[in-house]
Amino acid sequence: MGWFDKLTRPRRDTPSDLWKKCPACNETLLIKDLAKNLFLCSKCDHHLRMPLWDRIALLTDDNSFVEIDHDMKSVDPLSFVDSKPYPERMAEAIKKTDVNEAVATGRATLSGRKVLLGVMNFDFMGGSMGSVVGEKLTTILELGAQEKAPVIIVSASGGARMQEGIFSLMQMAKTSAAVKRLNQAAVPFVSIMTDPTTGGVSASFASLGDVNIAEPGALIGFAGPRVIEQTIRQKLPEGFQRSKFLLEHGMLDCVIHRRVMKNTVARILRLLVA
Amino acid sequence: MAKEFEFEKLIIELEARIKELQAISETRKIDLSREIRAINEKVDALKNDVYGNLEPWQITQVARHINRPSTLDLIKHLCGEEFVELHGDRLFGDDPAIVSGIGRIGDQRVMIIGHQKGHDTEENIYRNFGMPHPEGYRKALRMMRTAERFGLPIIAFIDTPGAFPGIGAEERGQSDAIARNLAEMSGIRVPILCFVTGEGGSGGALAIGVGDRVFMFEFSVYSVISAEGCAAILWNDPAKTKEAATALKLRATNLLEAGIIDGILPEPIGGAHRNHQMAADEIKKQIEKHLPSLLAMNADKLLDERYKKFRGMGRFTREEELEHA
Ligand SMILES: [Zn+2]
Repeated sequence: MGWFDKLTRPRRDTPSDLWKKCPACNETLLIKDLAKNLFLCSKCDHHLRMPLWDRIALLTDDNSFVEIDHDMKSVDPLSFVDSKPYPERMAEAIKKTDVNEAVATGRATLSGRKVLLGVMNFDFMGGSMGSVVGEKLTTILELGAQEKAPVIIVSASGGARMQEGIFSLMQMAKTSAAVKRLNQAAVPFVSIMTDPTTGGVSASFASLGDVNIAEPGALIGFAGPRVIEQTIRQKLPEGFQRSKFLLEHGMLDCVIHRRVMKNTVARILRLLVA
Repeated sequence: MAKEFEFEKLIIELEARIKELQAISETRKIDLSREIRAINEKVDALKNDVYGNLEPWQITQVARHINRPSTLDLIKHLCGEEFVELHGDRLFGDDPAIVSGIGRIGDQRVMIIGHQKGHDTEENIYRNFGMPHPEGYRKALRMMRTAERFGLPIIAFIDTPGAFPGIGAEERGQSDAIARNLAEMSGIRVPILCFVTGEGGSGGALAIGVGDRVFMFEFSVYSVISAEGCAAILWNDPAKTKEAATALKLRATNLLEAGIIDGILPEPIGGAHRNHQMAADEIKKQIEKHLPSLLAMNADKLLDERYKKFRGMGRFTREEELEHA
């Protein structure tokens, strides 16, 4: 397919994963039911992590998403080997998720409005940001500025891709500079933070939305809770670094339920720009 | 951190021996100059040998040396009396882990911003070991805006283990503070020169590191995560720190090769902690070499080139290219 755009691929079913436990209330949930219920717990309404293509379907008009850069792939610039070589980890992630990298980007319409959309995929190496994630997101931010189309990025990431070393760190500067250019073009950037959004993603583009939205109960922060506990040798208070905590501390514009996410984003866009 | 490293032990023993001989020759009025000269030569050869062949983990230790020239040390050597420290983010507080102020280097008025570590435990506790809170980054951004208003080029000294991971830091928006700096620095309309003087620790380093030129000292390091952090996460074994330091390719030579930095500043034999003046002189040389052309550049062009510089960082491929490879 090379440089061409590619239509959304259908979600692959993984019959081995039939059940999932709700991390909030421990209820056992059928994946089949979860998928019908937007991956919300039927008992406690907890927002479970949403698979990539379900998320894209949630936010876009039917069949409107056209992926770009789907063929972009990471290389191994450091020849990085920990317990496994990086290319091996990458191959496993590709096999597991059936996508090439930890973000899918593309053009779509949202309630009829043309938008550029990036959705991070936590299933792919923890949604970590390496060169490809940085490049794809920078590209849609630049396209947004050129085409005067709002940019929406849904984050789900543990942070930087360590295996790409300094290259992954520099994606923070690259994406943030692209947001700045979008700001100068007066094109809206809506950042949607889902569980979890931490580290280098939280400390770059994800925090820079004209409007910062989070899903209920999402873990959002610079440092992971374990690192903080080890550093300060204290137990962290209940609800620390969860959406409500960030809203109360002024870091979010709003916390929005998944069921009304699309309508809310549509409303924000039509109120921000004609 | 110990003041001497295992790999320096012999050097330090020999240096002590020289001092001993000097004392003997003075008190007993014996001429030992030949012996002293011989040991001196041996010490120099040894320093060359040891410092010419340091492992990445050893370089990390040199970069963290407690006597490493700090931002305030460099300011003292670069500006003398002609410097005024400016404090506070005007929002919450003043962060001692980042210092900033206006000064003069030669004939050039500048804004200087840098992480600040201490030279002993007490000072390090006050400076939070050079790990800033959000107010540190917001102070830095305020200084950049002041610099922009008055046409002062910005000199940034990077030396931090990373941004502080703590409750207050999260409550006050560590992520927002770092992200904001990354975005805003890309649009500051005066030249920015960055020097990694010691430890370039992740986002907390980069938050004052988006410059038109970025340099590293020979024995400094710059990395997405500390070797310890990487070992803990990827190896699940803190004992693998050495391996992680090697795998991360965090040396100045690695970053120059990767096109991330623009140059490497040599250090005196045995590391910059032995000679702060020389470290400052090397910085001054680079400022004098690079600043005039950047100052002469139209601000729009300056920003375009800064954007392109970071825009181009990253390595990737396309499936099609792989198939045809
Ligand atoms: Zn539940």
